[in-house]
Amino acid sequence: MAIKTQPVTVNLGPQHPSTHGVFRMRVMFDGEEIVDVEPVFGYLHRGSEKLAEERTYTQIVTLTDRMDYVSSMLNNQAYILAVEKLAGIEPSPRGVWLRMIAAELQRIASHLVATGFLIQDLGALGTPLIYAMREREGILDLFEMLCGARITNSYLRPGGVFMDAPDEFWPALDRGLDDIVRTIDELETYLSGNEIIFSRTKGTAVLPPELLINASITGPMLRASGVDWDLRHRAPYDYYDKISFERKLHTASDNYARYWVRIQESRESVKIIKQCIEQIEPGSVRPSFDDVPRLIRPPVGDAYAAIEGSKGELGFYLVSDGGIAPYRMHVRASSLINLTLLRDMLIGGQFGDLFVTFGSIDLNMGEVDR
Amino acid sequence: MSTVWSGPALAEAIEAFAPGSVESSAGIDVWLKPESISAVCEGLKTRAEFKFDLLSSLTAVDYIDHFEVVYHLTSLPMNATAVLKSRVGIGRTDASIASVVSIWRGADYQEREVWDLMGIRFEGHPNHKRIMLWEGFPGHPLRKDYVTYDQSIVSTIPDATGGDK
Repeated sequence: MAIKTQPVTVNLGPQHPSTHGVFRMRVMFDGEEIVDVEPVFGYLHRGSEKLAEERTYTQIVTLTDRMDYVSSMLNNQAYILAVEKLAGIEPSPRGVWLRMIAAELQRIASHLVATGFLIQDLGALGTPLIYAMREREGILDLFEMLCGARITNSYLRPGGVFMDAPDEFWPALDRGLDDIVRTIDELETYLSGNEIIFSRTKGTAVLPPELLINASITGPMLRASGVDWDLRHRAPYDYYDKISFERKLHTASDNYARYWVRIQESRESVKIIKQCIEQIEPGSVRPSFDDVPRLIRPPVGDAYAAIEGSKGELGFYLVSDGGIAPYRMHVRASSLINLTLLRDMLIGGQFGDLFVTFGSIDLNMGEVDR
Repeated sequence: MSTVWSGPALAEAIEAFAPGSVESSAGIDVWLKPESISAVCEGLKTRAEFKFDLLSSLTAVDYIDHFEVVYHLTSLPMNATAVLKSRVGIGRTDASIASVVSIWRGADYQEREVWDLMGIRFEGHPNHKRIMLWEGFPGHPLRKDYVTYDQSIVSTIPDATGGDK
């Protein structure tokens, strides 16, 4: 006998443990089936773009930390690249290698957080998340050695980084990389072939690659649909043209593929860091203050620089009027844009898959709302 | 390495399929007439010589006497990028431009964000609402003439700008 149901609207968030911050959705569902979803943004909106207009170019680095707060180093990198492009600054080689190492460590940390919380959202309470967070903790310790800060690093400066790595950093990094590989192996042993993970993630929220491209979705989500698009490879910035790495692709474009791509990308990041360690040479980590003063006054004009962030293309658009603060700063936030297809992913699916799909997008509310 | 379209070359290529749509070009930028944005974007996306299938970024800048909408386009098959700009709301009059959501769905949230924070209306947007701020919020904060809360307090204090008292 069919049970008669009628659509019910439920408000999810902004205070909900699975919304990865303060995200809110108005979800209408009929029985177990999702009929309609309306995302509501803005609970973490701090007006970063407006704040940037009254800060100097170096001060803004601290604002970028607080956008996507699980990948601060990558935000720093994208912003600094935009400043260097705008002001025509030639970075110091050692500074560039150091910020590449920092950025790749941060990418691993971000992917570990994404994976840990995805599995947490699947209902595996605690254990996988703790494994992932334990490893992220090791990466944060490395950041502490590099710059004294763990989350909001503000490590990068126009032209490089603000201080050289201490001597004890390099052996710690070697040990850390081994630990990372071991943790990823461990996670994969438990998760990648796990029957429960398969049944919950395979075939859910499938998106065709053409639709993803049309909706400006980049990063692991795009690569999980089989599109070979990685800015580190297609438009190399910093010294990524001196690095060889594989782009891991999956063709299923479902929640499992997105999980799998992140895990494999973490392995590739370890390889990139090893190549950076081989190629780094002694020298100064940033140009002298005669070449790049503390108060930068870029010429009038604009510049857009984008990097392959942990969540997709992360771009900064800066406009200068010749003053010490940008006239306008815009952030191309991959977390916000990756949500464009949220309705397509959820509608018609099961209510239980909602947070799994949401976790597989890997968004960060600090970046969505800015 | 990706190729960046130079402004004059792109302007010439656009004029070839959409005559009279380019206002000027310089460096890597092409300034388009606002009324021709839909036709040009449709052409840039579908024509074989461009294939700009990904809209990287859509934003706007307030230049006091006008607003400028900035489009950063990427072509995955050709590995190329281009920058389109369009001046709207000359003299701070009613600023509006045609929406490109029907061409690139990725413009959806970005256009809503520009409307919310900069106050540029996108004609034909399927869900033209504020995104970060709540409906009824006074003004558009990223405009240069927006008075922030702090500034509004300072302005109520007599001689706050410095006097001899």
